[in-house]
Amino acid sequence: MGAKADQTNSLSIALTGSGGAGVITAGNMLLEAAAKAGCYGLFARSSGPQIRGGEAAAMVRLANEPVVAPGDVFDILIAIDWHNIDRFAVELPLSTVSLVIADPSQGAVPEVIAARGARIAELPLRDLAKTVAKGRPNMIALGAVAGLIGLPGEVADDVMARTLKKRGDEALAASRDAFALGVEAAGAMSFDGPDLWTRAATRERWIINGNEAAGLGAVRGGVRFVAAYPITPATDLLEWMALNLQRLGGALVQAEDELASINMIIGASYGGTPALTATSGPGLALMSESLGLAVAAEVPVVVVDVMRGGPSTGIPTKSEQSDLNIALFGLHGDAPHLVLAPTSISDCVFTTQWAVSLAETLQSPAIVLSDQLLGQTRAIVDRPADIAFVSQRVTAEAATVEDFRRYGLAAGGISAMAIPGSPGRQYTADGLEHDESGLPSSRAGDHVSQLDKRAAKLDGFDYGNHWAEIEGDGRLAVVAWGSSTGAVREALARLGSRGHEFRLVSPRLLSPPPPARWAEALEGVERALVVELNHSAQFYRYLKGYCDPPCPVDVYHRPGPLPLRAGELVAEIEKWSRS
Amino acid sequence: MTSSPAPMPGLTARDYKSEVKPVWCPGCGDYSVLLAITKALAELKLPPEKVSVISGIGCSSRMPAYMNSYGFHGVHGRAVALATGLKLSRPDLTVLVTGGDGDGFSIGGNHFLHACRRNVDLTYIVMDNRVYGMTKGQPSPTTEPDWDSALSPGGTGLRPFNPLVIALASGANFIARGFSGDSNGTARLIVEAIKTPGFSFVEILSPCITFRQDQRGWKKIVRPAPVDPTEDIGRAARRLMTDDGFNLGILYVGGREPYRLQLEGGEREPAELESQFVV
Repeated sequence: MGAKADQTNSLSIALTGSGGAGVITAGNMLLEAAAKAGCYGLFARSSGPQIRGGEAAAMVRLANEPVVAPGDVFDILIAIDWHNIDRFAVELPLSTVSLVIADPSQGAVPEVIAARGARIAELPLRDLAKTVAKGRPNMIALGAVAGLIGLPGEVADDVMARTLKKRGDEALAASRDAFALGVEAAGAMSFDGPDLWTRAATRERWIINGNEAAGLGAVRGGVRFVAAYPITPATDLLEWMALNLQRLGGALVQAEDELASINMIIGASYGGTPALTATSGPGLALMSESLGLAVAAEVPVVVVDVMRGGPSTGIPTKSEQSDLNIALFGLHGDAPHLVLAPTSISDCVFTTQWAVSLAETLQSPAIVLSDQLLGQTRAIVDRPADIAFVSQRVTAEAATVEDFRRYGLAAGGISAMAIPGSPGRQYTADGLEHDESGLPSSRAGDHVSQLDKRAAKLDGFDYGNHWAEIEGDGRLAVVAWGSSTGAVREALARLGSRGHEFRLVSPRLLSPPPPARWAEALEGVERALVVELNHSAQFYRYLKGYCDPPCPVDVYHRPGPLPLRAGELVAEIEKWSRS
Repeated sequence: MTSSPAPMPGLTARDYKSEVKPVWCPGCGDYSVLLAITKALAELKLPPEKVSVISGIGCSSRMPAYMNSYGFHGVHGRAVALATGLKLSRPDLTVLVTGGDGDGFSIGGNHFLHACRRNVDLTYIVMDNRVYGMTKGQPSPTTEPDWDSALSPGGTGLRPFNPLVIALASGANFIARGFSGDSNGTARLIVEAIKTPGFSFVEILSPCITFRQDQRGWKKIVRPAPVDPTEDIGRAARRLMTDDGFNLGILYVGGREPYRLQLEGGEREPAELESQFVV
């Protein structure tokens, strides 16, 4: 397992304030400046459901190594105000080594923060901002953070100039002055953090969030048509697609609801254009019936579910891994289809591209289970590798023989798909059970042979080594999927540095379940522990029920919205390994 | 028609029919609608492979299998959405949507509204028999309030939905009504509907001789609309609001530009998008 950021060689910084205070802008600028200065990092945001005026927190973690999960505690918390802090203080873990910077004009440090025993320093953000024409407290705060962590001044200035270009010279000058006051104020505070600046990374790095990464993977895979209905936290994926598809000669249609969006993409794909929609749990639920249509009519489509807390409306702005069951089992009838999960933010590129390729090749719907944590966390990552998947849909061109059977029982179950416009290949795609030519049929023989065909094409396909990421060689294995993989990776790296060897298995391909692959992955393993972020241990039950693991399996799981942290998992994995 | 493929010489209505025997009851109005659609396609001489017929669920939604064209028989109520995705991504195709009053106005009602509003170049043919036939006789949104049935004994008591008025109010660009008993007249309406750009809505009164034997009397009531088609939306609204549902013909033709996607001009490759992420 490669070097990972851990609690001692990384820096976690939180900026909080009410909506409109500019903490998200400041957080973005901090991430971008750190990237320019050679860091890796993550920038997660926490916000309430309000459109404006709610609470917000920008949570940044920086290191010289790739950062794959949020830190255990924040080294620095700087509060522009304490508005609604009770609602999200639990998302801001602090310890006695943390430094809390508070503006005395915003009242005493709330008990929920003060009780953590962190050092507290006062910084009159508002009063200082008033000394600068058009000065804003968030830029003072950013300057203070930069001063404390030693962020090189020239990169901060560069990012400020780029970010504020559109707001004019006056705004930029005000921000520069405010930033300088913050740096100066930091000089009077003591803070002891790792040096992140002398070992700057030189490789090409990207700043990308999981929603953008999934969008990029989709267009790399050939998607040129998207129909979708806005839903948090998938909307920014759609907005990225709307703009970027135009550049590629594709387009996005805003549908009237999710029932329409899934059917629009089925229509586009039937017409030969690789197509995708993105949604979250409530939308996936609405799409279930038509996903069954795509199974029966064998039309390739990709649905990215950026999961959030459920059930029902749940917690729209926060993460959870609780849509696994509906993704696997939400379709009526016997409806085999593909379910995949990206293992990290940058893997959203790979997994979504692979999902498009598999959907096209296997003429099947594919559901990609991302989540809010992957989708909306901006990360500084190494440039994701280029992958050239062969994703050719098997199509039937103009007729050369009379007897075209759209759903013919060809070897392997993949039958040629005629695209409208191909002369002599006219057929009707049907959600009714059908015979090989596509004609409706309720004959027992046709039902069995078509069910067999649709299952065989998925079960018989060689998914290669992409199906999972397997790292380490221990006799104890930890199994994580989706966004949980990051925190597990960091936890296992920490345990590894203490001499404990574990194996990590993070499956990308969740369905169809490949029991033979699971047997290989867990070969020689005495016990395995599943880690996931949901209340009902959905993957654990699936693994035990469908994947036939060759060893005893236990589970550590809890619901969102709080993300899994490596420190928490180190403790849980140690406890489990000794039990 | 905005993007007509080159006409093919020598095609007849028969060339657009498949060999499949319909599941419809003997005497069902939908046979004549099938005939009218094939006559219209022959009149337009559209190559069968350039025509797609999309449907949902119900007796009349069985239409695609009976035609020699591309077709999609999807889920209940979503045909217009599926057709929208197909037409927007394949503007070179002629896309028809066929279905019934339950499929289009009840379970698919929201898509009907937005299809009218979006005004994609589709022709939507609704065979309205004011009953759910495939599930054996339940009231639909266009059923009279006092029509007795096992599911709604004594009638629903609900005011029927007026699809033409709703189509007009929602933005449909072409509105017509036909009668299955007059397949030539219906074929002419379908020809005009296909030729008119944008969302064309054709309601075809198509009696259900099994569950609505009273509809056998329709042939005596229907009559050509006494006035010519209008482009005036206010006049059309008055006409449709006051009409008894049996005036046949083209009732409204607007001049709205159809909704299209800009699929040309974006010549870049995915790799060229990557610069936005580079630190």
